[in-house]
Amino acid sequence: MPNSIIQIRNLITQYGDKRILDQISLDFFENQVTVILGGSGCGKTTLLKSIIGLVSPAAGDVRIFGAPFDAADESHYNSALRRIGVLFQNGALLNSISIAENVAIPLEQHTRLDHDLINQIVMTKLHMVGLDHAAYLLPSELSGGMRKRAALARAIALDPELLFCDEPSAGLDPLTSAALDDLILTLRDQLNMSVVIVTHELASIHRIADRIIFLDQGKILFSGSLTEAKTCQISEVELFFKTGSF
Amino acid sequence: MNNMASDNSLKSSRIHCRDSLLILDGPLSIHTIPELQKNLKQTRLDTVTTIDLSGVDYIDSAGVAFLEQLSERTGSAANLQKANEKVQRALETFSSHQNRKPEQSPEPNFFESVGNSVYSFGESALDFLYLTSEIVLWSLYGIFHTGSRRKGSVIQQSFLIGSNAIGIIALLSFVLGLILALQSAAQLRQFGANIYVADLIAISMVREMGPMMTAIIIAGRSGSAFAAEISTMKVTEELDALRMMAINPISYVVVPKFLAITICMPLLVTLSMILGILGGFVIGLTYLDLTFVSYFNETISILTAEDLLVGLSKSIFFAWVIVIIGSYFGFKAQGGAEGVGKVTTSAVVASIFAVIFLDALFSLIYMI
Repeated sequence: MPNSIIQIRNLITQYGDKRILDQISLDFFENQVTVILGGSGCGKTTLLKSIIGLVSPAAGDVRIFGAPFDAADESHYNSALRRIGVLFQNGALLNSISIAENVAIPLEQHTRLDHDLINQIVMTKLHMVGLDHAAYLLPSELSGGMRKRAALARAIALDPELLFCDEPSAGLDPLTSAALDDLILTLRDQLNMSVVIVTHELASIHRIADRIIFLDQGKILFSGSLTEAKTCQISEVELFFKTGSF
Repeated sequence: MNNMASDNSLKSSRIHCRDSLLILDGPLSIHTIPELQKNLKQTRLDTVTTIDLSGVDYIDSAGVAFLEQLSERTGSAANLQKANEKVQRALETFSSHQNRKPEQSPEPNFFESVGNSVYSFGESALDFLYLTSEIVLWSLYGIFHTGSRRKGSVIQQSFLIGSNAIGIIALLSFVLGLILALQSAAQLRQFGANIYVADLIAISMVREMGPMMTAIIIAGRSGSAFAAEISTMKVTEELDALRMMAINPISYVVVPKFLAITICMPLLVTLSMILGILGGFVIGLTYLDLTFVSYFNETISILTAEDLLVGLSKSIFFAWVIVIIGSYFGFKAQGGAEGVGKVTTSAVVASIFAVIFLDALFSLIYMI
């Protein structure tokens, strides 16, 4: 059994009276790509945001790297954040600076590397996502898919141990999407990175998922490997894989 | 519990040189490189021909970048040796050798940039005129055809532009009247011309200060809101969505504001005039010992219908200028959050400038 890198215990998140996540207990393991699945509005993004602390839960614990992940405990929170990369649904690039500068932000803020080295790392990361030729363009000059790739380059700028991706392949063409999947697998193998992905894309799930979590109405319906998921008897999960395959 | 990579952030690495051999030990990661670079400054590199990586157990992208820099500095002769399989693969993954250099367009020279700005100024002026004509046209049309906008939008805008501004305009106009009266009273008193404070306040509030103060406040309050709202709609493609639903963004978004401000501005200016005169009145009664009746009679007798007409007609022009400039900058927005901020600032500055400039122009016209 691999080491558990995130532990969630009895997590409850609600907006007002509406309960989004209901008593979730879950572990994410080191060096694995875990995919969170489920229909629209089942709480996937909220689960992701609750884990990384952008949404504060009503009850329950989240532990990352073995310690409670809580903004109130600033020293652990900040040092843990440096070991985490997050790719947001819409990229969330800073619009006023070029994508090379966007990728350089975490390197400049959190390391003592010199300028040349940072430049070289930035260009390498942009090359890995296939955007080195566009380094000096502004985010508003890029297409949606390019923006997402640039955002991924920023998320992996510090070679994080833990990468969260919210719908990384939504809006990408199949080739680019496959290339990103390969990149995520390379990072997993190369840097022992653990990856948590929210996605709907079945093709992508087939390529990268080591483990699948299926959410439905704020509860975990299924958790296990891809082969287990495909032979699973739970009707929602069965339907998801049957409808989506071609 | 710690995983492998987190151990690496705690471990340190060493670098040492033996004749032509440079030996690296420990993890080469984002955490250990700065220290290594410092140590490297004391090491002679010109004799190095081989870099030994047998002691390197972990390497990330910063490590690879560092190694590439190192072999460049030692001359191309230096080669990397004894890397274990994992390190070797990382060297390939994070290699910068395939990076394509982005093309940067050359900087325009002096004449090009002057030409560009003249050209773009001409284009903006033309855009501005087009937008003005469209707004005026659709507003005239909108007076009679209420179907082209959301139901109740003019009333809603009137609340935002008018009702919500009553407090601040009343307060500022009263204080303005107070200040004007106090300043002029001190002078006029020396000549025993106390009663003329009433004339001065009445004329200046009605013809100049009332309309201008109100316009400046509204430019800051509502002009900025127009620009921010429209520019946000632009950058989030809401305006495009309206267009694709066969709805004219100008008649849907701008016309309600235009009609609302046309109604509200004269009312707010009237309020401002009254409160300003009231401010002067307070000074007249307390500081100058004038009687209520004499101050009131003096104010009434000096004001003519023409003064009122000048003040109110000016205010409507100011209102239009504020809407048109706010919308113009809103429609011009580009990019994201920063674009919205930029055009909002420009809209407020430009509309305050335009109001004051227009006021000067009106003063000139009425003098002739």
